[in-house]
Amino acid sequence: MENKNPLSFQLDLTPEDFLPATNDEKESLVIMRESVSFWKDGFRRLKKNKIAMVSLVVIILVMFFSFIVPFFYPYTYEQQIKGANNLKPMQYSEQELQQKDAGENIFPHFLGTDNQGRDYAIRVMIGSRISLIVGLVAAVIILFIGSFMGSVAAFFGGVVDMVIMRIVDIIYTVPDVLLIILLSSAIKAPLTDLATKPGFGWLQKLGPNMISIFIVFALLYWVGMARMVRSQILTLKQSEYVTAARALGASSGRIIKKHLLTNCIGTLIVTTTLQIPSSIFTESFLSFLGLGVQVPMPSLGSLAGSAINGFMSNPHLLFIPALLISLIILSFNLLGDGLRDAFDPKLKN
Amino acid sequence: MKYIVQRIVMAIITIFVVATLTFFVMNLVPGGPFMSEKAISPQAQAALEAKYGLDKPLFQQYLTYMKGAIHLDFGDSLKQRGRTVMSIISTKFPVSARIGLMAVVVAVCIGVPLGCIAALKRGQLLDKIIIVIATCGIAIPGFVVCTILLYLLSVKAGLLPSYGLTSWKHYIMPVISVAFYPTAYITRLMRSSMLDVLGQDYMRTARAKGLSQMVSLFKHALRNAILPVVTYVGPMMAYTITGSFIVEKIFTIPGLGSEFIGSAMNRDYTVIMGTTIFLAAIMVFVNVLVDIVYTLVDPRIKLK
Repeated sequence: MENKNPLSFQLDLTPEDFLPATNDEKESLVIMRESVSFWKDGFRRLKKNKIAMVSLVVIILVMFFSFIVPFFYPYTYEQQIKGANNLKPMQYSEQELQQKDAGENIFPHFLGTDNQGRDYAIRVMIGSRISLIVGLVAAVIILFIGSFMGSVAAFFGGVVDMVIMRIVDIIYTVPDVLLIILLSSAIKAPLTDLATKPGFGWLQKLGPNMISIFIVFALLYWVGMARMVRSQILTLKQSEYVTAARALGASSGRIIKKHLLTNCIGTLIVTTTLQIPSSIFTESFLSFLGLGVQVPMPSLGSLAGSAINGFMSNPHLLFIPALLISLIILSFNLLGDGLRDAFDPKLKN
Repeated sequence: MKYIVQRIVMAIITIFVVATLTFFVMNLVPGGPFMSEKAISPQAQAALEAKYGLDKPLFQQYLTYMKGAIHLDFGDSLKQRGRTVMSIISTKFPVSARIGLMAVVVAVCIGVPLGCIAALKRGQLLDKIIIVIATCGIAIPGFVVCTILLYLLSVKAGLLPSYGLTSWKHYIMPVISVAFYPTAYITRLMRSSMLDVLGQDYMRTARAKGLSQMVSLFKHALRNAILPVVTYVGPMMAYTITGSFIVEKIFTIPGLGSEFIGSAMNRDYTVIMGTTIFLAAIMVFVNVLVDIVYTLVDPRIKLK
């Protein structure tokens, strides 16, 4: 190398330069960032949305209080404490005061008691548990029925589509409150009968009214979800991957399940989340009418409804469940909006 | 003209379908109007059913009812002795309609300007405040609004009477309660559609050709942005003028909404049918009205 021409482009190479690259060196050349999955991407966007995160925390808190705290609470929702009727928040009955003077530890009534001497805090907790269960279960049932009907209607088209969509139209035109009242009063009797038969004891535990609420919601409210899913799948089914799957011999059921529904998962999540508050809304309205869950089981709507008569003297009995319903509905709405922005930006607006 | 005839025919068909469906759904559900009165003897029950023709085959009942309904005779109430369905509707509907119409006016007069302001001040503090209020307004159920109003204005402050409908003061709380949700909804709707319109090219053109802010806003933006609101206000008006059950129950107002729910709970068949047909007719009428308003707001849309 000594006689190298100064103008030559010849490189000064040593044998080490020809060693295979180590893994570290290889990695330093990769300029692609790690691929982000659909879920990760969505959750990353969701985490940035402060309002949605706050409402998620609120929902988790409400769930904690309604599902876990009652197990450790010294009172139950149906227990009537003697002489402790209509206590104001944090007030003790005379008997309890005597016990307290005797050195016993009496758990305070944080929210007072109702006119039958039941601790109101635990009733509110159980009430929000019922409202949450109704919201969540109804949303799941509606998700299944609605996405099934919507996808079948859109995928097969023709007569199937027409029949399903006419059913949807019919359910839309008849006033829903009327249907709810008629159906729930009609279903109640057979369900109560069924619950006394052996093997259906679990029905009794849940209460026939609650089951009839689920059935009514399932029968009536799948229509919105079905319309949503149908409109999505109508466009999706023209995609090449559907033709490809078909060419490879996939059955219609498989195409719907594996390809079409998975591709509108964003819409499904968002519509389901927004269905929860509207179910809670309707349930509270029904309970307010006295068609909701069975007494002594409380729901937020029935608590508010029964507090209306005496609310001049005990306004807190009305305001606490009322505000709680509003808070739950508000948080689910905001979370749903956040999820829509995160998972389904097309739907925005 | 041909279009209007077409619409009327469609409307009649819709009302007919709703009436038929309601009739059969109502009758197929087990139980009946005279089931709940326990003190009644089987003979008396049979006599009552015979009097109202409920013992006849269902299809014949249907034909009889429809024949009456075509002549606007909706029969007598099964539960309120001696009152025809027509008289119930004609005494109760005006009450609900007055409150409902006032609520629609309030909702539009507050919702539209608030939505416009929020869109114009996008991202600023005012916009955020309006959005928060509107979102809360959608989340709060009607009975909560009613009771809070009742508590604050009537019980605590003693400003307004809590029940009945005899002076203008009685109308304030029911109207606010009915208008609450629609106002919040219209605000959100107006904001999003206004934002959409403000980003359009023709808005830039309007400003570029020297139109003032006011003219471009009112003549170009508002007229385009208000279309979704018109679509929403139509059905909303149909619902509000036929009365809200909750509001009527809490403020003890003798309106059509509580009559409807009451009849459904009591199985007062003729009243259910009458009110349902009435509701459907108003719904259809309002939808035709919305179409006409469309053509006034947006000349590009022609009735066809």
